[in-house]
Amino acid sequence: MRTLNELKCTFPARSENESFARTMVCAFAAQLNPTVEDLADLRTAVSEAVTNSIVHGYRHWDGVIGVTVRLLPEGVIYVRIADKGCGIEDIPKAMEPLYSSAPAEERAGLGFTVMQSFTDKLTVRSTPGKGTTITMRKKMCHAADQAAD
Amino acid sequence: MVELKQEPQRLTAYLCGELDHHHVKEIREAVDFAVREQLPPLVILDFSRVTFMDSSGIGLIMGRSRLMEEYGGVLEIHNPSAHIRKVLRISGADRLAAIRNQKTNKGGAAVYAYTE
Repeated sequence: MRTLNELKCTFPARSENESFARTMVCAFAAQLNPTVEDLADLRTAVSEAVTNSIVHGYRHWDGVIGVTVRLLPEGVIYVRIADKGCGIEDIPKAMEPLYSSAPAEERAGLGFTVMQSFTDKLTVRSTPGKGTTITMRKKMCHAADQAAD
Repeated sequence: MVELKQEPQRLTAYLCGELDHHHVKEIREAVDFAVREQLPPLVILDFSRVTFMDSSGIGLIMGRSRLMEEYGGVLEIHNPSAHIRKVLRISGADRLAAIRNQKTNKGGAAVYAYTE
């Protein structure tokens, strides 16, 4: 699909960058003039993906997270969040609601559930020892269109 | 990022700002310290000043719910925004605690005023 605009960014996998990452993606998405609700959904989904990389992917070593955001035709936003962390052994299990590999830290095990609920399409690719790439697509409703309804 | 108000029979934690993985740890420690000290029959997590929440906030609620079960206390969630309600609903956390929306109560008003 034709890319209308694109943002690429890398940053160290540190928890203080979680807020920056979700804010950056939403600032870029603001070009679509989305509704407040769609923007809040996107912000939350991005936060989950980035937090997963920091908490699980780079659990044992430091690393870098790469974020790519693309604006596609018809108001669709594409977000890819990639790490070179430890990867996920069993993706279906990791995606089960309430499953967490870090329950002692009070991770709810709902990251993927939230990502699925708040976007239209979620893809998870992972190779143990090499890293995880999460892509999400979401059609952002135009705030002006909603106001006209 | 949390303002605690201890009253007889209840502890209210006014959560502030962004409830993500980065910020949730210090909130958890502060709330748990006060709960263990007081063992209040009712613990209220007030979300009226929370500007963002992801599943880290759900982890916070689940953990406090377990803590309350240990000694038979009750947990309530007050004043979540529309978006926070959505996160609560998706995660099923709305089954762990009663959710209430309240207008500024007499006791609460003073707290809101001086923490701004």
